[in-house]
Amino acid sequence: MKPERFDPADYFHKVVDCQWACPAHTPVPEYIRLIAAGRYADAYMINWESNVFPGILGRTCDRPCEPACRRGRVEKEPVAICRLKRVAADFKDDVRPRMPAKSEFKNGKRVACIGAGPASLTVARDLAPLGYEVVVFDAEPKAGGMVRTQIPKFRLPEEVIDEEVGYVFDLGVEFRHGHRVESMSAFLAHDWDAVFVGTGAPRGRDLEAPGRKEAAAHIHLGIDWLANVAFGHVTKISKRVIVLGGGNTAMDCCRSARRLGGEDVKVVVRSGFEEMKASPWEKEDAMHEGIPILNYMVPKEFRHVGGKLTGVLFEKVRAEYDAKGRRSLVPSGEPDEFLECDEVLVAVGQENAFPWIERGIGIEFDKWDMPVVDQETMASTLPHVFFGGDSAFGPKNIIWAVAHGHAAAVSIDRMCHGLDPSVRPHPGYSLISQKMGIHEWSYDNAISAQQRLKVPLVENRKALGDIKLEVELGFDVVRAFEEAQRCLNCDVQTIFTEKLCIECDACVDICPMDCITFTADGPEGDLRARLNAPANNVEQALYTSDALKTGRIMAKDEDVCLHCGLCAERCPTGAWDMQKFNVKLPRAGASCRSTA
Amino acid sequence: MTFLPKPKFRHPAIETNELGLTHRDYEGSISTLCAGCGHDSISSAIMHACYELNLPPHRIAKLSGIGCSSKTPTYFLGNAHGFNSVHGRMPSVLTGANVANRELIYLGVSGDGDSASIGFGQFAHSIRRGVNMVYIVANNGVYGLTKGQFSATADKGAKLKKGAVNSDSPIDLVAMALQLGATFVARSFSGDKGQLVPLIKAAIEHRGPAFIDCISPCVAFNNHEGSTKSFDYVREHNEAVNALDFVTERAPITTSYAPGDMQVVRLHDGTFIRLRKVGADYDVHDRIAAMNYISTREASGEVVTGLIYLEDHPEDMHDHLDTVSTPLNRLGDAELVPGQAALDKINAGLR
Ligand SMILES: Cc1cc2nc3c(=O)[nH]c(=O)nc-3n(C[C@H](O)[C@H](O)[C@H](O)COP(=O)(O)OP(=O)(O)OC[C@H]3O[C@@H](n4cnc5c(N)ncnc54)[C@H](O)[C@@H]3O)c2cc1C
Ligand SMILES: Cc1ncc(C[n+]2csc(CCOP(=O)(O)OP(=O)(O)O)c2C)c(N)n1
Ligand code: SF4
Ligand code: SF4
Ligand code: SF4
Ligand SMILES: [Mg+2]
Repeated sequence: MKPERFDPADYFHKVVDCQWACPAHTPVPEYIRLIAAGRYADAYMINWESNVFPGILGRTCDRPCEPACRRGRVEKEPVAICRLKRVAADFKDDVRPRMPAKSEFKNGKRVACIGAGPASLTVARDLAPLGYEVVVFDAEPKAGGMVRTQIPKFRLPEEVIDEEVGYVFDLGVEFRHGHRVESMSAFLAHDWDAVFVGTGAPRGRDLEAPGRKEAAAHIHLGIDWLANVAFGHVTKISKRVIVLGGGNTAMDCCRSARRLGGEDVKVVVRSGFEEMKASPWEKEDAMHEGIPILNYMVPKEFRHVGGKLTGVLFEKVRAEYDAKGRRSLVPSGEPDEFLECDEVLVAVGQENAFPWIERGIGIEFDKWDMPVVDQETMASTLPHVFFGGDSAFGPKNIIWAVAHGHAAAVSIDRMCHGLDPSVRPHPGYSLISQKMGIHEWSYDNAISAQQRLKVPLVENRKALGDIKLEVELGFDVVRAFEEAQRCLNCDVQTIFTEKLCIECDACVDICPMDCITFTADGPEGDLRARLNAPANNVEQALYTSDALKTGRIMAKDEDVCLHCGLCAERCPTGAWDMQKFNVKLPRAGASCRSTA
Repeated sequence: MTFLPKPKFRHPAIETNELGLTHRDYEGSISTLCAGCGHDSISSAIMHACYELNLPPHRIAKLSGIGCSSKTPTYFLGNAHGFNSVHGRMPSVLTGANVANRELIYLGVSGDGDSASIGFGQFAHSIRRGVNMVYIVANNGVYGLTKGQFSATADKGAKLKKGAVNSDSPIDLVAMALQLGATFVARSFSGDKGQLVPLIKAAIEHRGPAFIDCISPCVAFNNHEGSTKSFDYVREHNEAVNALDFVTERAPITTSYAPGDMQVVRLHDGTFIRLRKVGADYDVHDRIAAMNYISTREASGEVVTGLIYLEDHPEDMHDHLDTVSTPLNRLGDAELVPGQAALDKINAGLR
């Protein structure tokens, strides 16, 4: 079943589940090994290259890598990839000498970034060292976007934002703060070589229900309220608070409310608890702070006495699924429930808004009033205008904003060099043997049985008393080491050389996970069913050889391989080798301009 | 050789047998043999056979002598009984153990040096006595453990790595076992688990002396060109007389094979093996024909593998000796030490 064209760069990248799942393709196992070795600054820099904000992301990332992590399929829980990133940021020494120097060379190209969120800052970080003159505009006095204005300080201390935003501006990026761009057509008249729009999804969705207008003084839009908290305009809240909505914004609202005087704070969601948008760990953190989450309740009416809110009336619903598995919420028939409260925070979604971009200037908008943006190049329909972050495809998260920023920077760099941005160079790669001796490898191939460690927290009594006090203490170096040792080193790949194989079965016999089979060739589906252990996870590739001496092939299911290297230790001829894979993704600069 | 303990993690969808055990519950400690040694594949085949037969490991006794092959019982069935005897003495220890407790399954694991040189006499007598056991010789044609001298099974003319040629005649353990009255005789190859696992299963189910000569390349000293026990040589000269499907169901399964190509053999416990004949029209029930057949094929350089001989109504040592069926460890003092009066009676009977 050898595929027509075996593409090693993609094939082996995909085996590194975490890196493949990371929108910015951070080389996770590499930095985890460096953390285990106590080389925190090196680990930090590897992150910084890929994701620009290791300290910020190490506390706040949505972590698409963790559900993808192979460890989660081998044992109960994935490696704590995200919180290990924070370890690199916490324990590194001064990394300023390792940062690229301000570019002496100027290439004469001027790039504007509108909005100073993570997307724009990534574009600026990628382009400034290449000699671009990058100017970042933001309506706010400080850069960081929603990372600064929305994410509560008890999750992300201000100093961390200052530090990492600072590294970007240290590269010679100009920041025009307090500058709201009011007209795109006027802005474009300034003859920018490229314009990047990273203005986010700034508008909180409201909830229309009787009493909303009358009790308006006691009902706040979550994201506006959080911004007011971040700026210090809001410093307290009533004792009884209801938060409506089930996303991460709702979790930040309720936890902030608990810290500003809310004693009886509840989250109420329409859907079931399981289907809530908030990440499981955010829900856990909220509940740990004494916040109940009530589900299957739809707000029906804001009750008030002369404009003073008394509570919210909810209709009770249950989930029903149609033949296609689509869910609808139908009344359960139980009586409505009235919950008393003094204030409500509405966190039911975020929207984009581009009142400042005139229609008809070449930037097309679709029927949902979203700009038409190319998924790969981030280009709009106006060739030198690019979008990224939440402004491109609606609200996502920081790491996606960073990934968009990288992609847009590549497009801009190619365009400014007269190359077609829609042509993307293929990634390069290297594979390097890790063999040091007969059974010695340059990585630690012993498999730790340690279960996932929990990040220690500040005790509730203290945490709830100070909205600026970071609630997570982070791993100390000992825990960081133990957690790092859980990583299976998925980038150290099992590489098979057919012509060396004598079919002695030694690898099959030793493999603890029954990954390897020698069998007759066949189409993939059939092969999957015939392996020593069923290869049911079709998301995971089969690594197959050409025909061997006996006419059989070697087929390895990548799914639960521990990368323990025992197959290679047992192979008498070196037909198996453990080789470290490194993908070289094209980034703005020479690597994206080569035509290879 | 590996220094790491084998990780405890196992495939999340790993199957279990009727006892709720996975094949990994049949492992022993990690092997210290050379990487790629055929003996490790035999260990693996034994583990799979026991797993598939749903055998509780603690009902098995594994016995061995000295040699790389004789070290292997440490690397499988960690929860079974084990006895590592002196060189070549496994058959006697096994016989003694079997006399004392006939309820265990006896697995004798030996090498060609252990069985065809120093232990040749022991091998012969355990077979001719009809001890109920599975006797596996991991046959690599050399003394692996002592760095690769020719053993007594090395073919005349075979070459050592550095060029020394064997001038002595080889002992064919299969021919010996046939002649000595083994009731189950097979030959297989460590590189062909598809053949080896069902053979081991059938041998375990067989009640009587079951002998398996398993060619097992020594990758360190006897896997070069000029060797007749190398992976390449055995693969090129392998002449399988049949292929085995081991069927645990208690009724023969009708299969899609043409009747002349199939032979269904019933074992003592009611299980069946299906033999698919390959090549020659070979009858596993004819001891003399079997001896002839292997001699002629081997004279023309072929290595005959498969189930070579099977006695349908085997007898075992206990039948001959009329021993007590209860294991000695379950008999009380009264039965074991019947006293002076009983001894006097026996002595009187011998006068
Ligand atoms: C409460 C809350 C909590 C969140 N928590 C997390 C989290 O824990 N982890 C995570 O990954 N993501 C989180 N997010 C999402 C994350 O903040 C965003 O996805 C991310 O910041 C988007 O980055 P961006 O670069 O697209 O723009 P933004 O961060 O939205 O920044 C846009 C910037 O553009 C400026 N701007 C807008 N219009 C103009 C204009 N016309 N002129 C000049 N400037 C303008 C704004 O002032 C703003 O500073 C959270 C979001 C919210 C609301
Ligand atoms: C009484 C005695 N004589 C000699 C030896 C030395 N010796 C150890 S192993 C061995 C030969 C083993 O050969 P084989 O049974 O074929 O095992 P292999 O290592 O080839 O698997 C010999 C002669 C010994 N241990 N004890
Ligand atoms: S085990 Fe390590 S390398 Fe593998 S997916 Fe998880 S974090 Fe990545
Ligand atoms: S590295 Fe080799 S032995 Fe280890 S789990 Fe993967 S395939 Fe099996
Ligand atoms: S010396 Fe030969 S028989 Fe002994 S372990 Fe090594 S390969 Fe196996
Ligand atoms: Mg030997």
